[in-house]
Amino acid sequence: MSREPSAAVGAAGTGTATGTVREPERTGPVRARARHRHGFGHVFGRVLLFLLLAAFLVPVLFPVYYMFVGTFMEPRELSTFPPRLLPTGVHPENVQGALAAVPLLRMYTNSLVMAGIITLCQLFTSALAAYAFVFLRFRGSAVVFALFLSTLMVPAEATFIPNYLTLTGWGLGDTYAGLVLPFLAYAFGTFLLRQSFKQFPRELYDAARIDGMGHLRFLWTILVPLSKPALTAVGMYVFITSWNMYFWPLIITRSTEMQTLQIGLNSLKVGESSNPGLLLAGAALSVLPTLALVIFGQRFIVRGLTAGAVK
Amino acid sequence: MTPGPVSERRAASPPPPTSKRTRPARDATLAWGFLAPSVLVFALFLIYPLGRTVYLSMHGNDIIGRPNRFVGLSHFAEMVSPEFGRILLTTLVFTLGVVVPGVVGALAVVLLLEGVLRGQRILRGAFALPFAFSVASASVVFAVFYSPGNSVLNGILYRMGLDQVPWLTSQEMALWSVAITTVWMNLGYGVLVLAAGIGAIPKEVNEAARIDGATGPRLAWDVTVPMLGPQLFFLIVISTINALQSFGQIHILTGGGPVGSTTTLVYSIYQDAFAYGTSDFGRASAQALVLLAVVLVCTVIQFGVIERKVHYS
Repeated sequence: MSREPSAAVGAAGTGTATGTVREPERTGPVRARARHRHGFGHVFGRVLLFLLLAAFLVPVLFPVYYMFVGTFMEPRELSTFPPRLLPTGVHPENVQGALAAVPLLRMYTNSLVMAGIITLCQLFTSALAAYAFVFLRFRGSAVVFALFLSTLMVPAEATFIPNYLTLTGWGLGDTYAGLVLPFLAYAFGTFLLRQSFKQFPRELYDAARIDGMGHLRFLWTILVPLSKPALTAVGMYVFITSWNMYFWPLIITRSTEMQTLQIGLNSLKVGESSNPGLLLAGAALSVLPTLALVIFGQRFIVRGLTAGAVK
Repeated sequence: MTPGPVSERRAASPPPPTSKRTRPARDATLAWGFLAPSVLVFALFLIYPLGRTVYLSMHGNDIIGRPNRFVGLSHFAEMVSPEFGRILLTTLVFTLGVVVPGVVGALAVVLLLEGVLRGQRILRGAFALPFAFSVASASVVFAVFYSPGNSVLNGILYRMGLDQVPWLTSQEMALWSVAITTVWMNLGYGVLVLAAGIGAIPKEVNEAARIDGATGPRLAWDVTVPMLGPQLFFLIVISTINALQSFGQIHILTGGGPVGSTTTLVYSIYQDAFAYGTSDFGRASAQALVLLAVVLVCTVIQFGVIERKVHYS
């Protein structure tokens, strides 16, 4: 999947989405099905079901397993054929080697700064725009919103050449500014936050306004605190996609000092292709933050990701 | 709502917040102020670039990429060639090779998970794990799996007494190896989308089907799959658009080779514009417009079909 914030999620903007996704595990069939537990045919069915599930689960989990196990193997255990598959203990050599081969920690910082700035700025620009679409009346509101959504149809790759020329022309090649500028606003966030703001109780808004509260104060002191789930969903989504960006950081950065972690992984692969342990260690190090987000914040991510898919 | 007199009035005396007559105009001014940051970014980095891409696509350039002559549509004319035909064919095969197994696999997983009584949530989470992998980290792991010298996958095949596979070194196999990596990365997303769709199926539908005697596979095939129509369609379109934009896995795993066998449209744009200091921005821009057209067609198809679905349900 192309993880650039681009048309990747563009088609989500259909106007039919609700922005909220019902939790799948609350459905009835699970309990209802329990009543049908009996008989030999049933047992056979269960066994078949678990075998089929395992047939999918093993290939999905094996790369995750091997990345971590291989990271802590001894380098020579990986460079023999056939390579070992089971752990033999915890050896730190691969991690040390990966950190020595490429300045991964510096690149960690670069990725963090880039993804952090993009996330905060997108939340800011999206929240303001969504507020305008939901709470402010102005001529052409619907048309402007449609135009916003249409920006999602443009694949980012189609804009990279001119953006590269523009930003290097401004002397911003190989800088943080060059890394983040094209991604400071993105209509997908506006779309999701608009869905959320629309569900905000109108009476509360009217009450605040009658009390003489200005739009900015209402937005900042009431709406934003009450929209935390939606903001978190958008924020996590934006953070992961920008943390994972590849094409743009590859072309806009030149020096090792400015490269992001993802580009560092490629350098590692180019320089150390004969050391599989270093590659696995580099991948494991780079995956940790997003893995933590996916494991602990899955509910929010599901909400952000699937918003376009469920009516 | 004529702006003139109203804004004059506003300038003359700051009115109380409840003043009904000035509110629309002030709302409009504020709205544009709120939209301004987004509009500015879109204008500079999305709309202007599209215009400049069209301009660049009609110009030749010197070796450092500065446009130096008008060439009209000749970059597009050059695309009617066996070389570009091969790039388009590679893109098509890759897209199909990613979308079909990805969507069918996600559907199978979600239906199987419906049959699980306990631990459904944890299993779904396990299937979603690859979503945490960036394209670079997934590609680096699969580079180890495919590595010509001591491929982990070939090691497993060897232990099972099977033949070795030239994962990245054969022209026939390399594209599929990149596709397998991509399917692995995307499966979790498909599972999450379809699981959310199943969660949105009204209880009554399943109850009714059960009263009619539908269970297990029949329930899944006759009731759940048709109800997932919109999500499946969404997933197909999104996966197609994503597959068309795939870049990192090709860059890391194959570099477009061997002998151009994994050079897709996006990779070709990169090669012409940025790789080896080529800087052929004209040619690359013409191809970028082709990419734009293909993605637009995909999106328009989705909009059209979804609109009809809305009226239908």
